[in-house]
Formats: sequence, C-alpha cells, structure tokens
Amino acid sequence: MTAQPGDERMWTARLRRRAVDTLPPEKLLPDRQPAYVASWIYVFGVATLAALIVVLASGGVLALFGPQWYHTSTAGRFVNSLHLWSVELFFFAMVVHMWGKFFMAAWRGRRAMTWITGAIAFLGSIATAFTGYVLQSNFDSQWISTQAKDGLNSVGVGAWFNVLNYGQMLMFHIALLPAVLGVIVVWHVLLVRRQGVAPPYATDAEILDTAPQADPTTPTAPEGVPTEEVPS
Amino acid sequence: MSAVPSSYAGVVPMNSPGTYLNWGVIHISLANVIVIVAMLVVFVLALILPFAGRKR
Repeated sequence: MTAQPGDERMWTARLRRRAVDTLPPEKLLPDRQPAYVASWIYVFGVATLAALIVVLASGGVLALFGPQWYHTSTAGRFVNSLHLWSVELFFFAMVVHMWGKFFMAAWRGRRAMTWITGAIAFLGSIATAFTGYVLQSNFDSQWISTQAKDGLNSVGVGAWFNVLNYGQMLMFHIALLPAVLGVIVVWHVLLVRRQGVAPPYATDAEILDTAPQADPTTPTAPEGVPTEEVPS
Repeated sequence: MSAVPSSYAGVVPMNSPGTYLNWGVIHISLANVIVIVAMLVVFVLALILPFAGRKR
C-alpha cells in the first residue's frame, strides 16, 4: 500500500512518530551499555525482572489447574512451591536493587519518575504478596488475615478490602494487582531504557564538571573510568 | 494445616513454633533476621566483588 499525500497528518502517523520519538528502538534495545554497568550491583534489577517472570508463569499454571491440583499432587506442590520461592527471590533481589539505587541517588539526571515508579512497584508488590499469603488456605493465612483485618479496619478500608473475603482476595491477587503491577513495571523498564542506566556518583560528578552541556541521560565516561562499552 | 513430610523435618523444624527474637519493642522471627542479614551480605559483596569476566 503506497502512502498518499496528507497521510503524515493522520492520527496514526502522528502517534507513530511520537512513539518513535519517545521510545527510539535503539534505546529500547541497545546493543551496548556504558562500561560502568559491569558491576554486580547493576545485576539486581534484571534479577528482579527474571524472578517476576517466574512468579507470573508459575502463578499462571496454578490458576490453570486450581487448588485441588496444587494442594494434592506432587507436580502441583512443586509449582506451588516454585511460586512461593520465586516471590521470595523477587523480593530479595528487589530490595538489594533498591538499596543500590538509593545509595547511588539513581533519581539524578531526570530519572525521578524512574525512581517513583520503582518505589510504587515495590509497594504494589507488597500488596500483591500479602493477598497471596492470605490465600494459602492454612493456619498461617488465617493468622495473617485475622491480624491484618484489624489494621485495615482501623484505617477505614476494611469495608471494601476485606481480607476475610477469600474470593475478593483471590481476585485482587490474580487479576487486579498483577495487572496494575505489570503496567508499573513495564513503565519503569521503559523509563530505564529511555533515560539510560543511572551512572555511579563519580561518573556523574565528572560529567557535570567537565561537560555541563552534555545530555545527562547519555553520559560519557570521564578520565579514569573505562571508556569501552560492554555488550548488553 | 497438613504436617510437613518427615523427610523435610530434619532440615528445618517446620512442625514446631518458629523462633522469635525480642529486643524491647522489636519482635522479629529468626527466619526474617536471616533473610535481612543475607540481603545485607549480598549487597556488600555486589559492591566489592569484581564483575564476572572483567579485568581490573
């Protein structure tokens, strides 16, 4: 199909141009990263994402086969355990990732929204995990929910977020909260890609000292810092 | 709650009450303390260990 005169003014063309301008493909999937990302502290973000994928996949299998399968069969118990332990790993990696980003002030260089979406994803993950813990159908879940209801009632949300309502907690856990969390996590990752990975303190300070006009989202390495880039 | 199979019982005593630590107003399970300490250790190691395959 050939383009017609005036096509560039259509809303589809304008939306496409805006999408490419906002999220250029070379930033979405770069071939190389700055040399400073060759450090273990930069690994925990993607480790968190990897754990989240396992959480979502194992949760999907649990939803497909149901509690009679995952409470009684060997394979079901395995996937149930995989779901739990991938959540533990997810939080472990996320907390280390968050400490790393906090102590390097990763909101520098117009990355405030990246930090904010990460913090919201952390809080949303706690809510999602909490609704999962009250779904375990054991004494732990009864203890957690009966204790939590008093706290939630005291802040006035118990009327519509009732932790003793199993069906409501199930819907929050497998539908509402994962959907919200998924959007926030995708937003967070896109912002990381668009703004670039936050540089360490020294690198950022050197950039500000030596090249005030430089784009802070695409830092160049200063003296003393390896200049080569590393494969993504 | 169903009992944990005996094959696991030797590794972690999951059929008995958990161990809790108390310091004044702080009341925390030993399991949670272990996880927090492990996160701190991994965080420090991530800062000081050379990255895999990278020459320093």
